[in-house]
Amino acid sequence: MVLQYDIVIVGGGGAGLRAAIAIGETNPKLNIALVSKVYPMRSHTVAAEGGAAAVIKDNDSFSDHCLDTIGGGDWMCDQDAVEIFANEAPKELIQMEHWGCPWSRELDGSVAVRPFGGMKIERSWFAADKTGFHLLHTLFQTSLKYNNLIRHDEWFATKILVENGRCQGITAIEMRSGDLKVIAAKSVIICTGGAGCVFPFTTNGSIKTGDGMALAYRAGIPLKDMEFIQYHPTGLPGTGILITEAARGEGGIIVNNEGHRYLQDYDLGKPLDIKDPKHPVKKSMELGPRDRLSQAFIKEREKKKTIPGPFGDVVHLDIRHLGKKKIDKKLPFVRELTKNYVGIDPVYEPIPVRPVVHYMMGGIDTNIDCSTNLPGLFAAGECACVSINGANRLGSNSLTEILVFGARAGNAAAGFANEHSEIDIKALEKQRDEEFKRITLNFLNKDGGSERISTLRKEMHQVMEECVGIFRSESGLKEASNKIEELKDRFSSILIEDKSLNFNTELTSALELENMIDVAEAIIFSALSRRESRGSHQRTDFKERNDENFLCHSLAYRTDAESRIEYKEVVITKWPPGERVYGKEE
Amino acid sequence: MKVSETTEIEIFRYLPDKDNEPFFKSYEVPYREDWVVLDAINYIKDEIDGTISYRWSCRMGVCGSCGMMVNGEPKLACSTFLKEYTLGKIRVEPLQGFPVERDLIIDINDFMEKLKAVKPYILRKEEDEKPIEEGEYLQSPAELARYKQYTLCINCMLCYAACPIYSLNSEFIGPAAIALAQRYNLDSRDQGRNHRQEMIASHEGIWECTFVGECSVVCPKDVDPAAAIQRAKVSSTIDWFMKIIMPLSKTK
Repeated sequence: MVLQYDIVIVGGGGAGLRAAIAIGETNPKLNIALVSKVYPMRSHTVAAEGGAAAVIKDNDSFSDHCLDTIGGGDWMCDQDAVEIFANEAPKELIQMEHWGCPWSRELDGSVAVRPFGGMKIERSWFAADKTGFHLLHTLFQTSLKYNNLIRHDEWFATKILVENGRCQGITAIEMRSGDLKVIAAKSVIICTGGAGCVFPFTTNGSIKTGDGMALAYRAGIPLKDMEFIQYHPTGLPGTGILITEAARGEGGIIVNNEGHRYLQDYDLGKPLDIKDPKHPVKKSMELGPRDRLSQAFIKEREKKKTIPGPFGDVVHLDIRHLGKKKIDKKLPFVRELTKNYVGIDPVYEPIPVRPVVHYMMGGIDTNIDCSTNLPGLFAAGECACVSINGANRLGSNSLTEILVFGARAGNAAAGFANEHSEIDIKALEKQRDEEFKRITLNFLNKDGGSERISTLRKEMHQVMEECVGIFRSESGLKEASNKIEELKDRFSSILIEDKSLNFNTELTSALELENMIDVAEAIIFSALSRRESRGSHQRTDFKERNDENFLCHSLAYRTDAESRIEYKEVVITKWPPGERVYGKEE
Repeated sequence: MKVSETTEIEIFRYLPDKDNEPFFKSYEVPYREDWVVLDAINYIKDEIDGTISYRWSCRMGVCGSCGMMVNGEPKLACSTFLKEYTLGKIRVEPLQGFPVERDLIIDINDFMEKLKAVKPYILRKEEDEKPIEEGEYLQSPAELARYKQYTLCINCMLCYAACPIYSLNSEFIGPAAIALAQRYNLDSRDQGRNHRQEMIASHEGIWECTFVGECSVVCPKDVDPAAAIQRAKVSSTIDWFMKIIMPLSKTK
């Protein structure tokens, strides 16, 4: 049986839900399907903590938001996209307020904002330190109003269907029955989030396996700027659980094994005393950008100034001086998480932290309307690269991004669906049969198989951490590329013990691993080709930024062998490339 | 003190394609102080038996996926440490009170319908809608504090598994859904309480609850759904008296 809709959205996190609501509001006659491998409120938007950036206060301006973002991104952001983003951001966050998001407030009842790293002026709206959780639940609950939205919860998308040069739907496994279904649509939006699970140590939940990126890559759409991987400087050792940047926005400091605020040694400004009323100084020290802070940790470790621990070296994030009252009001989740997972109470003890893989700046290449080079296919959120994040995303831009570009993707996909009606059902059914054959032969009905999913996953993790981490080199990246080609080869001998249809999570784990290997390949070859250091991509063999040759986006195309890398120019509107300045006058 | 280097996890298994009835299967896993029950189950899936199915994602107690019965109590597997169970084996079962789809995976469609039934979104009269261009609705910190606690529910359904009423009568709308209705009823931006009352004040709504309070005991986020139910009862009672005594008055 073929299910047929006007629009299919793949992914039920913040971007997917925002897209669905946008269509529900403006095009109530269009039928929308929301397909997600998890129930929407399980999506990883739920884990975002600190805030969402938008200009709302009188002391702030759009151009400041743009310049902070562009400088933070080391001039790799497309400035037309950043301008749209900054302009539409306040409207989107007010819309969330009208839908009931429990934003933290000032005494007069207006929304409160807090400072975040790399920001000249405080502009992060927040709901205590569970901002993503509240945004996701507000969106999900609001989405229940729309009768033209049909959800297919726990359906696992396996393929983007292309017919006659247009995207005409997807195939997906209904996990409950194991059936492979065709979901035909006039337009499709991919909102599947990031791919942190390509790395072993990540803040990302286990579902973040880059599924949508891999599906698009296989359908011939390039993945853009995949070499730019954000390490968040403050993850808990062992688990990788995130301690929000808001801890530093509220005044937390980072110290090494001598109690020294070492960021002052890395061109991030001079520290003010924690009792100084001007502390924390914006765009300085602990409020520098994430890439620079994570890189400083590695340098500090090389100097043996970090603190050894059972899960590798750490430094200390100290928020004790904020006091119990402020911690409980503004950072309650930080206290809950550190008490539960590292057994310390941050009211009385410093928090051990280390850099952890957090976010993919790169993703499916889209234009400012979120459309890809395949007509009818759109993408938004972390799985996409529009690009506003450049070589390093600023904290609290991603929650706003899923709203601004989720809504834009919804509107663009609705416009496309209104103009294109013909769907070739017969051809789609044929494609479904081929996909069914592939899954059956490669996994469910396969005899033998010797490679455990967990073994291949671990080997991928190891090489990504060792060779594709915060600092990279040609020799390491070559080693990684050889390894990933080996893993692709060995994947054909994957062992699947579970032959059943109902909730076969061994099958979906294998499909996720296949997706991650494809994403890893695009990351490695993009990193290998970029012979410069910019933002989060640091090459020990090419230490400087090289605007002459590399002020351009990488595009990774899938081939039968390794990825093919092409480049396209960065859009510069008002802000010519300059120096990134932190801790001193701009 | 635990001296053994391993621990035994006994898991409820049910594969409807294959088995007529469920059974328990034991697995020996390394014992580690820093492991939660979810780590042990992941170890089993990765290293011993790939056929076991369960839900999980964030492993930081916020996505609400991994609710399970651990030694008979509803728990989030990602926030429950092995070291809490030093005496003997650990038995893991699907959340009780729900149909089992397979292994530790329960059918949550009924819960999803109940969430939807309480209209969990801001409802305002059209003439009272504020255009986006005019900015946010003002809401004081005190007004926020009135409902904030009820926004913290992660939909993990531990409260349903603990609720003796829900286990006997699945028509009962249940703790999390009532807390969610109260979350919107108490929000200064909302005008929709009357639209939610039909469901809440019905037989299957709050009056079914005998105030055992187990829901609040097991809640991993201190939402206190029992208090939400109690408050809803008080306001429904006031509604009833208002109708009887002052039939022409308008309640919110």
